[in-house]
Amino acid sequence: MEGLTKAYPGVVANSDVSFKIRPGEVHALLGENGAGKSTLVKMIYGLVKPDAGRMSLRGQDYAPAEPSVARSLGVAMVFQHFSLFDALSVAENVALGMENPPKLRELAARIRKVSQDYGLPLDPDRMVGDLSAGERQRVEIVRCLLQDPKLLIMDEPTSVLTPQEVDILFQTLRQLAREGTAILYISHKLEEIRSLCDEATILRRGKVVATCTPREKTARELAELMVGTMLTPPERSAKPKGEVALEVAGLSVASPIPFGTTLKNVTFTVRKGEVLGIAGVAGNGQDELLLALNGELRTSPSAVKIAGVPVGAAGPIQRRKAGMVSAPEERLGHAAAPDMSLVENALLSGSVRKGLTRSGFIDWAGARRFAEGIVQQFDVRTPGTDVAARSLSGGNLQKFVVGRELSQAPTVIVINQPTWGVDAAAAASIRQAIIDRAADGAAVVVISQDLDELLEIADSFAALNEGRLTAPRPTQGLTMDQIGLMMGGAHGMEVAHAEA
Amino acid sequence: MDLGGINPAVLIASLMVASVPIMLAALGELVVEKAGVLNLGVEGMMIIGAVMGFAVAVNTGSPLAGFLGGAAGGAILSLIFALLTQYLLANQVATGLALTLFGLGLSSLIGQGYVGIRPPLTGAVPLGPLADIPVVGRILFRHDWMVYGSLVMVAATWAVLKFTRIGLILRAVGENHEAAHALGYKVRRIRVLAICFGGAMAGLGGAYISLIRVPQWTDGITSGAGWIALAIVVFASWKPWRVLLGAYLFGGITVLQLNLQAAGARIPVEYLSMSPYLITILVLVIMSSGRGRIAAAAPASLGKNFHASR
Repeated sequence: MEGLTKAYPGVVANSDVSFKIRPGEVHALLGENGAGKSTLVKMIYGLVKPDAGRMSLRGQDYAPAEPSVARSLGVAMVFQHFSLFDALSVAENVALGMENPPKLRELAARIRKVSQDYGLPLDPDRMVGDLSAGERQRVEIVRCLLQDPKLLIMDEPTSVLTPQEVDILFQTLRQLAREGTAILYISHKLEEIRSLCDEATILRRGKVVATCTPREKTARELAELMVGTMLTPPERSAKPKGEVALEVAGLSVASPIPFGTTLKNVTFTVRKGEVLGIAGVAGNGQDELLLALNGELRTSPSAVKIAGVPVGAAGPIQRRKAGMVSAPEERLGHAAAPDMSLVENALLSGSVRKGLTRSGFIDWAGARRFAEGIVQQFDVRTPGTDVAARSLSGGNLQKFVVGRELSQAPTVIVINQPTWGVDAAAAASIRQAIIDRAADGAAVVVISQDLDELLEIADSFAALNEGRLTAPRPTQGLTMDQIGLMMGGAHGMEVAHAEA
Repeated sequence: MDLGGINPAVLIASLMVASVPIMLAALGELVVEKAGVLNLGVEGMMIIGAVMGFAVAVNTGSPLAGFLGGAAGGAILSLIFALLTQYLLANQVATGLALTLFGLGLSSLIGQGYVGIRPPLTGAVPLGPLADIPVVGRILFRHDWMVYGSLVMVAATWAVLKFTRIGLILRAVGENHEAAHALGYKVRRIRVLAICFGGAMAGLGGAYISLIRVPQWTDGITSGAGWIALAIVVFASWKPWRVLLGAYLFGGITVLQLNLQAAGARIPVEYLSMSPYLITILVLVIMSSGRGRIAAAAPASLGKNFHASR
């Protein structure tokens, strides 16, 4: 790999981006959501064609027309999501990512060998739908390794891993780099980049704003380069907590989602003014827990109690009346109706607590005031309240959805992934709003895969692992190791590493 | 040996014949659905295949040309569906229903001059002494080549889907079109080819009805066989060998009710002739009642349109 240079004047996603990676180097590509990282790597992988500029690979001109060309030239990519097939086996998934795959039986043997060599044990015959997030990623990595890549692109690989799994991933990547593979590592997690990467290119709004050696910078300096402004961490109040507002006892319920996780005996309480953070790798029961809490999944009445009143068998509307609001992870289609306007979306969840319907008729003026209030108070960037929810960017819609729930004077708040896919400035304001509501006396449950977020806002901390919830512990004084163990450690990895 | 006026050997033999059209159409639809496309226009493609196959066979005097014409007719009609759903991103359910209605109308227009004509005969495959084996020979070895051809197609579809790369890519596209696109597979092209194959198979099935099973042309000759084929795909949980089983089951019911009518069973004719459809509904209800089992077996991208925006 001699260098990789490209320039794209005039394109929105990337403009005039240039950088180089040497063989054996781990190069970080840093940037906020929407900074153009994904577009850039899609161009390298041949999914998108650049409008201008050129790339070279090992000194030769490189212009992949499609991914198969990129693959045959030794460029491999581990995707953030979207690239595995749940109903196919591991071996079949690997075969799909290869140019000339051998017979499946032979391939299975090679998968076993490569995965053992790199300490990433995998059973080629298992269905991908049954694997944990960490194991799925191993499938992706092994798929790349089998092609003996010269350049390996990793797009936000750690967002779904436990800290232990991250460690193992980093060992693998360092081993690869020692063997001479160039690695392009995309992330917005600064500590990871500081510990792993040799060089970093920082993108902001499609432009390179800085190139630096991450080890010589603090995480704070990197973050400010990335965002372009100073960040202030949210302030927490130290008020004493009130009485128990939400009580969940022995909640067990089967998942309605295919390949979902059954909740097993989930038990916790949240006091007024307390923020409970629930961590866990994706697919360990987070979605099911949210459904069970907000009333989409019914259970026995006493499994969920709001302020001592059993509501386990009640639906979402009754639970809203009792003071509980919730914001699910999926913004389009679950938290908001994509093709309805913001006013209508505000009405849909706010009508109960804000009294927006009178004897079956809608109070449109009130709904509009409610929506406009949310837009103003939560700084939702939108041309107006009559635009469809679909047309808002992810971060703005998330601010709207969270704002809508927080504005209903709730006593219990349940939020899944409050800042997923939201840029740092918006994330900070959402977190601050959650903390403010808790300070006003609401009991808050935040389910998130972002550990830093939970540590920042939660008073107590619990983790979901295969549908079981650990006992909540005070957040203060928790170490990363303890958190990792609560999240279930690295699934099935310890043995292989003891051998290696 | 007769049971209530029905000879079991004859019954089984005619069951094999009766199940050929739905088996072919269901196999085609299975491939289409495995690629993630829900084409509800099977009935329309079948009847176009029936009338085209009939017209070509009558005009050329060759049943083989007739079958090719039927397959071509079904495939051409399915291309309309492919254009609408894959390029213009029309809703697949609505387009499929429209295709059925369009096919029914177009077929009666084309078929006007062919009512009352007999098509050239397709003879049984001469299997010599095999056909003379008592009972077994009667059941297995006195059929026309399409019966054997349809069985070969079941095996071929199964083998291609399970063992070949193109089958793997097809399943991948139906399972997660975003991922398949990200890996560089041509989602749209693969789906169009699958739709075309489904259309050709439905056309073949239709031609079999008008050329061998009936054999003549009347309006609405397929009488719902396309819908039964769609149900069989679900019944079969998208597995080719179960399509064979499903087709025999429904073919068997159809034949049985005809035989019962002929044997003068004391049940009103209407009940008998509605029984295959009733049992279709029943089977689907029973299959779907195990919570989420059908959903888990279905290709995950089934019926979703794909647009490579990113």
